Amino acid sequence: MAEVSRGFAGRRRQPGKGLIPPGQYVTEDFPVLSAGPTPRTPLDRWDLTVSGEIDEARRWTWDEFRALPRESVEVDIHCVTKWSKLGTHWEGVSVDTLLDGVETAADHILAIADYGYTTNMPLEDVTNGRAWIVDTFDGEPLEPEHGGPARLLVPHLYFWKSAKWVRELTLLSYDEPGFWESLGYHNYGDPWREQRYSGD
Amino acid sequence: MWQRARVLAVRDETPGIRTLTVDVAGWVGHRPGQHVDVRLTAADGYQAQRSYSIASAPEAGRLELAVERLDDGEVSWWLASEARDGDAFELRGPIGGYFVWDVTMAGPVQLVAGGSGVAPLLSMVRHRVAARGDQAMRLLYSARSLNDVVAHDELVDLAARDSGFELVCTLTREQPPGWSGYARRVDAALLAEALWGPETEAGTYVCGPTRFVESVASALIDLGYRANSIKTERFGPTGTP
Repeated sequence: MAEVSRGFAGRRRQPGKGLIPPGQYVTEDFPVLSAGPTPRTPLDRWDLTVSGEIDEARRWTWDEFRALPRESVEVDIHCVTKWSKLGTHWEGVSVDTLLDGVETAADHILAIADYGYTTNMPLEDVTNGRAWIVDTFDGEPLEPEHGGPARLLVPHLYFWKSAKWVRELTLLSYDEPGFWESLGYHNYGDPWREQRYSGD
Repeated sequence: MWQRARVLAVRDETPGIRTLTVDVAGWVGHRPGQHVDVRLTAADGYQAQRSYSIASAPEAGRLELAVERLDDGEVSWWLASEARDGDAFELRGPIGGYFVWDVTMAGPVQLVAGGSGVAPLLSMVRHRVAARGDQAMRLLYSARSLNDVVAHDELVDLAARDSGFELVCTLTREQPPGWSGYARRVDAALLAEALWGPETEAGTYVCGPTRFVESVASALIDLGYRANSIKTERFGPTGTP
């Protein structure tokens, strides 16, 4: 039984159960959370690579990436620090498009970003229309502090899985914990099961 | 696992920041820089959770949370305005394994605080004293006025008697008569003056509001500090560290 705190009534009552994951609150802001400085890779030096368990690594320059078929998505996002933002608009390239025709024995991926940030997840969580590399937020180029020029978007997992400044997706036949996953955060991170920390 | 936290004392640090001293039975201890999740439950079962930095040293025995009162924050409002001795809430942690520093880590170390972002850095300062760390440590602390500096007397006193600890304050809005410290916003020029240079390989911890951390971290990169020597903790406008 939860401890009732005297005098606490809740001034910002949140949408009813089921609309946002347990323990979250809705914000209109777009808070920024990163473990270090914001990288600023010039577009002429930016590339995106799919590597690992794949016959030949695939690489796109910025212009090549921008020429890929694009999708526009509207999703809710949930940060492990408790905020959720509803109905966010993004544009980018589906991970399915990047992996189109790839034959792989991999069942996990490790996303690698500028400055070495990493995050891991099962391959099935980034395929079948569940993940994108996005470069546009609300119709504008994605700002560096929010992960621009491009970030991973995996909206059904806590937002640290949506690696900012992503540069490489490595296909792995094993699971390799990423940055926060090695520092006490949950390995999978399903907000609806409130998998915030290891052991949840 | 949620644990029951009992409020032992509350202390106003500044007009906007209150420190709560809490007792948590069986608390496992923390590393300086870590935070806790706080969960409040209303009589009808409604719950709200937020995260707060631990300001006390692990050696202190009691947990201290420094909480900034935010007008639109429901958990911070309760903690910083309503809570009093004997009240209870739920707490979980410690959380976070990256924005941490302890005396087993090589020095020197420099801390850059914006406003209430000083909380986890205070834990580092206090831990260094309690654990008799011999690493050189410097705290660059930006606040609006002297009244907004948390633990001002403690920090000034420490800097006076410990040659290994230096305090550099900048008061951005209002300075007392005779103020000899900085009186401007933290920018690249001030960082270049007030911090040790990149060649010292000092570890740098930056904590504060998003805008502050973003601009300080970018300026540090421009000044030549290695990206992986800079650790950041940002407070969003919603008060979430």
